[in-house]
Amino acid sequence: MNWFLDILRSSIGKKLMMAVTGLGFCGFITAHLAGNLFIYNGKEAFNLYAERLHSLGPVITALELGLLFFAVIHVLTGVTLFYQNIMARPVRYVVNKSAGGRSIGSRTMPYSGVILLVFVVLHLLDFHFVDKTGTTIYKLVETTFAVSWYALFYVFAVIVVAIHVSHGLWSAFQTIGANHPKYMPVIKTAGIIFSISIGIGFGFIPIYILIFT
Amino acid sequence: MTKTINLTLKVWRQKGPEHKGHLETYRADHISTDMSFLEMIDIVNDNLTLDGDDPIAFDHDCREGICGMCGTVVNGRAHGPEKETTLCQLHMRHFSDGDTIVIEPWRSRAFKIIKDLVVDRSALDKIIAAGGYISVNTGGAPDGNSILIPQDIAELAMDAAACIGCGACVASCPNASAMLFIGAKISQLALLPQGKPEAAGRALSMVREMDRLGFGNCTNEKECEAECPKEISITNIARMNREYFKAGYFFSKK
Ligand code: FES
Repeated sequence: MNWFLDILRSSIGKKLMMAVTGLGFCGFITAHLAGNLFIYNGKEAFNLYAERLHSLGPVITALELGLLFFAVIHVLTGVTLFYQNIMARPVRYVVNKSAGGRSIGSRTMPYSGVILLVFVVLHLLDFHFVDKTGTTIYKLVETTFAVSWYALFYVFAVIVVAIHVSHGLWSAFQTIGANHPKYMPVIKTAGIIFSISIGIGFGFIPIYILIFT
Repeated sequence: MTKTINLTLKVWRQKGPEHKGHLETYRADHISTDMSFLEMIDIVNDNLTLDGDDPIAFDHDCREGICGMCGTVVNGRAHGPEKETTLCQLHMRHFSDGDTIVIEPWRSRAFKIIKDLVVDRSALDKIIAAGGYISVNTGGAPDGNSILIPQDIAELAMDAAACIGCGACVASCPNASAMLFIGAKISQLALLPQGKPEAAGRALSMVREMDRLGFGNCTNEKECEAECPKEISITNIARMNREYFKAGYFFSKK
């Protein structure tokens, strides 16, 4: 199986790992958003959704472990690539200018990634690794976002997610080799629509809670 | 009458690979806007030589945009600000009187500076030597049209083969990655029947060599494509990735 890891360890292999895990996160975030939309249906609907989700038991645990595994790969590979890419140009240019290829998303990938890592840890502490006895998920959301600066931090973090994904999604397709003259424009547009949906879909929740409760 | 402009140049001067370099300021006065960028440096060098100073070393050969020898970073842009242009084909009419122009060599760990603006790009040759060729028995020339190639495939291969190996992709990549170059070289052969028999081994060994030489990793910034004087498309990088995965995971040779 050495050949298997050898390929993954190469430059293109590392890109492949970033792409596959990144696409995995895009899938997860879609499901996460779909679930969260229940919040607009009111307290009961949201709590019921959470209950049903957790009644899946081992399936959820397996998915969580899968996500953790993906996260470890994504972060470690990302850090390695960042370090290698800095090393690849030991003397930097005095004048740097873009020829028009880069986007805010692509420019900021490593930095938005670090912000996201911090956010994900905080987010898990807020809603996952928290004592849920005698409370409901809706109440938890309510109390968390009652602090307005914290709610705004969530909005900021979600915008960072959107920026990260705006480059990540099409980039993942390019990396796995799925660049086709007929489909690439569609993928690029879908990527933009996807990141805007993520930004608005998640970003509006703290604002909604803050204003309507 | 031709228009002339006066410029301030800040040029990277470095005596040799082991020396420390620095930006040196020069005046370039009465430069005709009909001149090419390299002719402008020639004028500056003439004056430096008359003054008994060391002229600025820079690479060039054909001066007609086809050999890939020339190339420096001009105000942060590889081959200067014009699209689809090598430095030798960049004309001074694109600059204005009083401009300050910063001229730096290609920067990459894999390209050592030899002197001033001249860098050693033999890393690209080493990648070609690792697999960027086809092995054919010599003999009589085959009949025309004995191997049929669809026109659109021939054109795709030709687009990739337009690469002149100047290294602007590496220079302009925020990560100093050479993947556009290797993508083009792998594509031009993988697309054609003559290149297919060795495609898998070629992809594996060229990528391995690229990694060994210390180039960066592509993060799909697309700066290379925007800066390439031959407008090589990043679809070639996607093709290289496909060829590489195919070779790595489905080809029996290791
Ligand atoms: S000198 Fe040959 S391409 Fe510029």
